[in-house]
Amino acid sequence: MRHLLAVEDLSREQAERILERAESFAEVGRRDIKKVPTLRGRTIISLFYESSTRTSSSFELAAKRLSADLVSIKAVGSAVDKGESLKDTTSTLSAYDPAAIVIRAPQAGAAKLVAGWTDASVINAGDGKHEHPSQALLDVYTLRGRLGSLEGTRIWIVGDVSHSRVARSCLLAFKLMGAEVTLCGPPTLIPRGIADATGVAVRYDLDELAEADVVYALRMQRERMSESFVPSLREYAARYQIDERRLGPRQLLMHPGPVNRGVELAPEVIDSPQSLITAQVESGLVVRMAILYELLAGSDRARPDRGPAPAETPPRIGQPA
Amino acid sequence: MMMAKPSPALLQRPGDAAEMVIRGARVLDPRADLDAVRDIVVRGGEIAELAEPGAAEAPAGAESVGGVGLLVLPAFVDPHVHLRVPGQEHKEDLETGTRAAAAGGYCAVIAMANTEPPIDSAAVLGSVRERALFEASVPVGFVANVTQGMAGGELTEMAELREAGAVGFSDDGLPIRSARVLRRALQYQRLSGGVIALHEEDPDLSGDGVMHEGEVSAVLGLAGVPAVSESTMIARDCSLALYERARIHIQHLSARASVEEVARAKAAGVEVTCEASPHHLTLTDEAVRSLDAGFKMNPPLRSEDDRQALIEGLRDGTIDCVATDHAPHAPEEKEVPFEQAAMGVTGLEKAFAVLHTELVLPGVLELETLVERMTFGGEPFGIPAPRIEPGAPANLVLIDPAKEWVVGEDGYESRAFNSCFAGRTLTGRVLMTVAAGQVAYRRRSFAISAAAEVAG
Repeated sequence: MRHLLAVEDLSREQAERILERAESFAEVGRRDIKKVPTLRGRTIISLFYESSTRTSSSFELAAKRLSADLVSIKAVGSAVDKGESLKDTTSTLSAYDPAAIVIRAPQAGAAKLVAGWTDASVINAGDGKHEHPSQALLDVYTLRGRLGSLEGTRIWIVGDVSHSRVARSCLLAFKLMGAEVTLCGPPTLIPRGIADATGVAVRYDLDELAEADVVYALRMQRERMSESFVPSLREYAARYQIDERRLGPRQLLMHPGPVNRGVELAPEVIDSPQSLITAQVESGLVVRMAILYELLAGSDRARPDRGPAPAETPPRIGQPA
Repeated sequence: MMMAKPSPALLQRPGDAAEMVIRGARVLDPRADLDAVRDIVVRGGEIAELAEPGAAEAPAGAESVGGVGLLVLPAFVDPHVHLRVPGQEHKEDLETGTRAAAAGGYCAVIAMANTEPPIDSAAVLGSVRERALFEASVPVGFVANVTQGMAGGELTEMAELREAGAVGFSDDGLPIRSARVLRRALQYQRLSGGVIALHEEDPDLSGDGVMHEGEVSAVLGLAGVPAVSESTMIARDCSLALYERARIHIQHLSARASVEEVARAKAAGVEVTCEASPHHLTLTDEAVRSLDAGFKMNPPLRSEDDRQALIEGLRDGTIDCVATDHAPHAPEEKEVPFEQAAMGVTGLEKAFAVLHTELVLPGVLELETLVERMTFGGEPFGIPAPRIEPGAPANLVLIDPAKEWVVGEDGYESRAFNSCFAGRTLTGRVLMTVAAGQVAYRRRSFAISAAAEVAG
């Protein structure tokens, strides 16, 4: 594996390998000295064109735990602010010969483009509303830690699916691992054609939520109100909020964060025993360590040998062949 | 009140009148009911004679072109190209754009007016028309804007623009959002006389969409442009045209619902013509799965069902003509994430080869139908379709129908290379184009063999 760009490109075997690796890193996290020398001397660049707390911090901490040198770039205050193109920024950063570039950008396909412009491994930390593969892997890891396997598990993803890269990556990852996925949300926020495109079920109300083993709630952004996707937060919460009444005692609750308390989740369920939200954040670190390890030190990733330049010089015009 | 009297519609750089004989080619012109092997004699830029093979006498000093196994068609007319002049010459100019047209077998193109500044005054129109006299290897007609600054608010001085040579009017690139403004323009057509060509899209429904709304956009998380964004505007504008007894031309149809609206309007007696592009006829939104900005255009590539409806419309005549919507862009405008990329693709140099390869050779479309649709594009703008008959100006394209080639293998005549067909192997290559009596294009290797034949 060279890049991690989308769950869509992942085989089950590749996903399993990352998840197993993450389990071995969980042990490292329990030591006093939580650092291994695996990536010593390798450079990792984290390039974030969008604000992020947990994804950027956990990738950065993961890189440090693996002893890599980390350069962290936020779009604000960098050359990006001065209108430099993604391609030029990639060239500039590639001049440092990084082993990996972790990128988040507000446009779909940005990470894939960067992968075409650099020799580094590229990790998509979120591209527009397209994919967020490391989130999906950490969610699978979290669920496997609780359930053992996702085979046959019924997972409902509830909320604003249209604007959610987490929903897209998770539904693919959950399906890849054998789960049955249902998307649920207001009809205005379920993208047209998603059921046919992915083979998931679509519901517009929570009436059958009891059938779910896992409820995965999505963040409801406030600006959706002004775009008339839903009439009001009040009506949204009345129809789609996961609360004590709706969440059964044997159902697990997940959320990618940050949570809008009182909107998609009632405060009492966030801190309930069924909630895996804190476990998700913990998983984030070990899964991202595993991703970096798999791409940069994994068994089938032979780093192209870049020794000194070849001695022979190209023939010059006029020189006999 | 008489209609405004138009100046000559098409302008081209003056050059030598063609003198040649094309011997033994299959000559096909459905409008002239002609499909036979002939020798074509061109004298003084006019078709002088269509003779039985071997029977033609070459005029003194005429070039002799061996045409055995080749195809001669009336050259094509594109009602919709962007030549980017004035203001965006880094993308294309009249010289490179018409060279691309000539290489694609076109004998006339109609340039859109969404330039910088837009062509919304007689002064700007006059300046581009004058440049065409020095730079255009293929005759160019220019449309002028419907509204000032393409802002959709106030009408341009359409009568004066018509007298100054506008072949029609269009705010292409943008829809005319206000039904009231379009209605005034249609009423004013009784004075100005030029057809109004319409980019149909409801901006409220398109929103910030960047591709077709469907299964692919759902998975990619890209905002979609629904097919109804186009078809509802077509329905509105056909109703207005019927009410005002006006003539409209609908640009770049992309959806089944749009074809159905136009068919309904034609049946109801609306004076409406319409066009479809080679890319909409041969590609679908599946191409966008790659997130390659080379497949970003407006209207977007739609579903297979939409594509089939376009083909059916082209076949049954609901769609009157093929238009490339040739939209050159600089590399840096396409080497960005899909959502940021400029919309549009180039088209002139391979339109025939694409449709010949994808529709004619598999038996989906008759060659005769394709020729009719590729030559009709000027008619909505008052420019008659070229014909192959004695006495007509020579507007001819010589094609090797069996020649395989790879798009982009020799670069492009256009300044831009944002082709959505780059790297594709196509069958059928333009070898020579004669436009308005002048040789506008010769394929290099072909020219050498022709010269050898003359020498031998």
